[in-house]
Amino acid sequence: MTSDNTTPPNAPNPRTIRMLSERESAILESWIENRVNSSDFRETLISGEELSSDSQSFLRAFVTSIANSNVEEMRGKEFNAIRRLLLDISEARAAQAFSPSETAFYVFSLKETLLPFLRDEYQDDPQLLLDEVNKLSKALDKLGSFIFVSTIKNRERVIRQQQQDMLELSTPVVQIWDRIICLPLIGTLDSRRTQLMMERLLDRIVRSRAEVAILDITGVPTVDTQVANYLIKTVNAVRLLGSTCIITGVGPSIAQTIVHLGIDLTGIITRNQLSDGIRMAFELTRQKVVPINSTGDPDAGAEGGDTDERVQSAHP
Amino acid sequence: MSAFKVPILKVGDVLLVSIQSDIDDRTVVELQQRVLQQIERTSARAVLIDISLLEMVDSFTGRMLSDIASMALIMDAETVVVGIQPAVAITLVELGLELKGVSTALDVDDGLRILRERMKDKQRRRAAGADDHATAGT
Repeated sequence: MTSDNTTPPNAPNPRTIRMLSERESAILESWIENRVNSSDFRETLISGEELSSDSQSFLRAFVTSIANSNVEEMRGKEFNAIRRLLLDISEARAAQAFSPSETAFYVFSLKETLLPFLRDEYQDDPQLLLDEVNKLSKALDKLGSFIFVSTIKNRERVIRQQQQDMLELSTPVVQIWDRIICLPLIGTLDSRRTQLMMERLLDRIVRSRAEVAILDITGVPTVDTQVANYLIKTVNAVRLLGSTCIITGVGPSIAQTIVHLGIDLTGIITRNQLSDGIRMAFELTRQKVVPINSTGDPDAGAEGGDTDERVQSAHP
Repeated sequence: MSAFKVPILKVGDVLLVSIQSDIDDRTVVELQQRVLQQIERTSARAVLIDISLLEMVDSFTGRMLSDIASMALIMDAETVVVGIQPAVAITLVELGLELKGVSTALDVDDGLRILRERMKDKQRRRAAGADDHATAGT
């Protein structure tokens, strides 16, 4: 501890750093041996060469970063290099199906390896030995916990991305016919999704001058008061624009829940099947679907009920 | 009075009201007055209010629109409001103003078609139900 005034507090002794650089290859060898012999090493997941090259770069970056810096903090720019390296290693390990705790153990295992080397170096001074062991192990602890933090951050990013993608994917508005559009809903409805859904539906109605909008809830598992409230709001907003909204895909269980909950759906058109909704939409838009008739006279006897049969048969 | 800037045009049997800029409460009240006067004067059978240029409709305007519709109906004129913007519709629904009792349509074209159908319906019903009228006394 002769040059204390130039090194920050809690920095490892320069003697330690010198020893670590001088005996790098011996430490590396011992570390890799320790890893390969340990019970949680999985040969099938990582090759020996990769492990040794990772370990070498990690050890080098570790030694450079702890020289002349405060191991209590591990925050300065000296640590940027090792943090980036760790991030790369942990991402690569994650891709190889290692759990974050395995990667963290990999970093912690360097402690065990360093211990005999430090003991050799400081045989004469047990007090200093204790200090140095303490400092190095603190630094490695920080790095190990950094792996967890970065893994969690990565996952959160992926989850957010997927949520966004799902939101985009889950609200398509399809044009079924002239002036008839359909919004098939799949999955649970929450306020954010409904908001997005409503905005898209209304924009699309105005853009394509849709007279009828079919809201198909076949893919919605349950309808509670909140979801019903969203649906009612949407239907009312659609009505304000001047179109009609039909809710289809109301199965027995949803019908039961709605009545049990005492939700008032008067004034809202509901249908069991999407095809019923489409038929209703054709009626509302004063259109009909007629099959190409081999007998040649398409209008012959096309009464209301008769046409309905044909509409259904035209949609296999 | 000179500040009143909402044109009320008579096209056939229909009064066409086009609100072209965001309006304040006083203008809405005056609009109601004028529409009703015009119905009386021109004996129009329908009112079409186009609000496609409005980017904001507050609760007062919303209520006035419903009121105009109900009042016009008492004077035997159908009302349809056309061109409500999506954002306006969302706001109205969030405010709980669903304009129940007001017919709506996507644009002036659709609105006119709906009004014409309604008027035809009414005439047909009147022709068919002339006997009922006598007995029910309505």
